[in-house]
Amino acid sequence: MITPSHYLILSAVLFAIGIIGVMVRRNIIIILMSIELILNAVNINLVAFSAQLQNAVGQVFALFVICVAAAEAAVGLGIILAFFRNKETINIDEMNLMRW
Amino acid sequence: MAQAIAFYTLSALILGFAVLVITARSSVHSVLFLVVDFLFVAALYVLLGAQFVAIIQVIVYAGGIVVLYLFVVMLVNLKRPPEAHRDKRRLARLGAALAVVVLVEIVAIAFYGYVGPSPVEAAPGALATGNVEQVGMMLYTDYLVPFEVASMLLLVAMVGAIVLTRRNL
Repeated sequence: MITPSHYLILSAVLFAIGIIGVMVRRNIIIILMSIELILNAVNINLVAFSAQLQNAVGQVFALFVICVAAAEAAVGLGIILAFFRNKETINIDEMNLMRW
Repeated sequence: MAQAIAFYTLSALILGFAVLVITARSSVHSVLFLVVDFLFVAALYVLLGAQFVAIIQVIVYAGGIVVLYLFVVMLVNLKRPPEAHRDKRRLARLGAALAVVVLVEIVAIAFYGYVGPSPVEAAPGALATGNVEQVGMMLYTDYLVPFEVASMLLLVAMVGAIVLTRRNL
């Protein structure tokens, strides 16, 4: 029998993998992809509780999360492209233009 | 029991591909693993009875966002030219194998659809949640204002992305 706890554990592990990706990798595109993994973990939580409580509100909020993820990807990748055009790098250690 | 098997299989695949996403050496491989990961998450949504979110996951994530990532990876990652690979015919063989697999699958589906039993009609009210009608009704009545705010967010993000990628920034 699969309980909501199973889904919570899956979501937590996926979230942790995303956090590890954000912390460890230095390629900013991989970091953005890890953020997508984190948002997916949140969505799994929302949909699991929606199924458990027999209430579609969780799915509505999962759609909002997907919408925010799309906006984040578009703007983030635009920033990466603009940065790459100026500095020829996507290494996050070299992204210190705004440091004073 | 079948649900448990499906859940554990999907969980193992989701977590395995997530690990591959963050450990892959090449960014292109990472993006492709991300597509597979999103597809398995969509399958998990179907298992949970959230068909609409699953479809949106496939269309928006696996279809839209990941293609965006792939474009950016191709634009910024030009260290190794594509013709540097040793075996030039490897892709041709892989493509042929994939084409054969798809052909077998289509034939199998056609055969099954022809001689197999007609699909069983789902009992009304079997799924109390997850149907498109319920989510859509909620989205356009109780959550109309957040819905409009989300559309404005997408508009702003679109304008922002266009402004950011202009030549003379």
